[in-house]
Amino acid sequence: MVSGILLLRRQPSVVPGFGITLGVSLTWLSLIILIPLAALFLKTTELSFERFVAIVTSPRTLHALELSFGLALAAAATNLVFGLIAVWVLVRYEFPARRMFDAVIDIPFALPTAVAGIALTNLYAENGWIGSLLAPLGIKVAFTQLGIFVALVFIGLPFVVRTVQPVLQDLEAELEEVAATLGASRWTTIRRVIFPTLVPALLTGFALAFARAVGEYGSVIFIAGNLPNVSEIAPLLIIIRLEEFRYADATAIAAVMLVASFILLLIINLLQRWSERRAGKR
Amino acid sequence: MKIGIQNVTKRFDAFVALDRVNLDIHSGELVALLGPSGSGKTTLLRIMAGLDWPDSGSVWFGGENALALGAAERHVGFVFQHYALFRHMTVFENVAFGLRARPRHQRPSEPAIRKRVGDLLDLVQLSWTAQRYPDQLSGGQRQRIALARALAVEPRVLLLDEPFGALDAKVRKELRRWLRTLHEDIQITSVFVTHDQEEALEVADRVVVLDKGHIIQTGTPQQVHDRPTSSFVHEFIGDSVALPVTVTGGEVRFDGSPIAIDAQGVPDGGATLCARPYDIAIHAGSIAGGLTGEVRRLYGLGALRRAEVALRTASGEHLVEISTPRALPVGVGQIVSLAPQSYRLFPLTAA
Repeated sequence: MVSGILLLRRQPSVVPGFGITLGVSLTWLSLIILIPLAALFLKTTELSFERFVAIVTSPRTLHALELSFGLALAAAATNLVFGLIAVWVLVRYEFPARRMFDAVIDIPFALPTAVAGIALTNLYAENGWIGSLLAPLGIKVAFTQLGIFVALVFIGLPFVVRTVQPVLQDLEAELEEVAATLGASRWTTIRRVIFPTLVPALLTGFALAFARAVGEYGSVIFIAGNLPNVSEIAPLLIIIRLEEFRYADATAIAAVMLVASFILLLIINLLQRWSERRAGKR
Repeated sequence: MKIGIQNVTKRFDAFVALDRVNLDIHSGELVALLGPSGSGKTTLLRIMAGLDWPDSGSVWFGGENALALGAAERHVGFVFQHYALFRHMTVFENVAFGLRARPRHQRPSEPAIRKRVGDLLDLVQLSWTAQRYPDQLSGGQRQRIALARALAVEPRVLLLDEPFGALDAKVRKELRRWLRTLHEDIQITSVFVTHDQEEALEVADRVVVLDKGHIIQTGTPQQVHDRPTSSFVHEFIGDSVALPVTVTGGEVRFDGSPIAIDAQGVPDGGATLCARPYDIAIHAGSIAGGLTGEVRRLYGLGALRRAEVALRTASGEHLVEISTPRALPVGVGQIVSLAPQSYRLFPLTAA
């Protein structure tokens, strides 16, 4: 009788501890993410609305934001294409040093971003190994927007590769075989069978690479040259404002970045949901 | 389309999957490749489809060398055990896939595709699922869609790899019967792989029994069941009781004691005595020339009961299961004698 009442009160589950895990994760999430973010917005409210609008619409801020988001999107898109090719090669072909190639992909994860920035700057500077080859063609990479793009591509690549790789690995060979017996060419099979199943993972990889690139600071400041209104990224502008003790100005820019990133990630997330539904993974 | 397989050998590293296999499949025939796992049956099917390539030998589709063609050019329909439906496409698009995948100049018009897919969905009785996704269908429905998809491209040959293996017993039985009827309607040369002898016997025109990369026996279901040429086929197809015996000068002995049966011309040496469980008579008490044992268990419903009898041997005991008429007054723990009425002896070397 007692157990009957308990059963009515709560559905028993084979996986115990739902309540406690939910509590722990919410507390943790609050401590680590929500409270700092709330403090950020709180600090921003020190500014009057007019002042806030003036800060975030000043040409220098707008340019920095445009640069950060524009290049982050471009870098993530580039990583999407070349990341997919790298995944294809890693999963589908056996070649010497494949494992090493596989391990190298993770280096941008682990390398201190300053080291990456300095290394890239040296390579792409006009007297560097790659820079000296590009200079005669009139292409300048280091200390330009192109340099920022290169750094953002560098740090974003593993996100695409590591999210798409397991999905391609798990793709049943039978799907491709059945497509072949139905008379589909290799290209048709890739386009109509393989690619659609990779789309959700590709979008996740894109979102991660993008998010990382928007916030990237360490590697970019070395290669960017950091000229206001030319190659100054938003995270750097925030640091500059902090060094000038204009904390509220810094948080205002940060708040705009945060909201913009959130909206973009939300859109990507919705796209991903939609594509997953289309992929039949309900 | 007539299929000719000549001297096909296929190795996977050290493992020989097929060893000089020869097989002719007649036009319009429904053939079952039957064998235990590792017998090479699926490899043979995949070689016919162009999904695997033999190390040596040849495969002919009519007068055409099939090995010169890739899977996409062979015009075979292939059905996998786990359906391999495209999950991101509707049922309609799945069935239409092969038609849409054709080069532009061979591709049917959109109305023609609609008509063809509609006809096929009618054929598999699943017209109402056209706009659904595969995940919304049951296993049996998915397999019928996979079949419709394979038939959409008007294949010359239909190949099915354990088509009912992933389905539950009831659906499997229904689909088997349905496939049989379908084949009678469309008369396409079909080969299916199975490890389920009941399935092979019920559905196929002809059964090909494989073991360890060799074809052991080929024949109608009746032939392989009633006239097996080896103890392997006898044991693999239908219920079977097998006993290791020795033959000396026309006398058959089990564990040293003579049994009153004919040696059927089997030469001296080791042999296997095979009989159907219902072809063994059971008598109470120990009888000279019979196989003496103790009844361990009785079970079963209906007209026949099954009895587990432990035959005593020098090295312990040998359990056999036989069928007894319900009327027979045999109890657990009783000593009985078994006398095979109808049986086959196979010399050991032939197995």
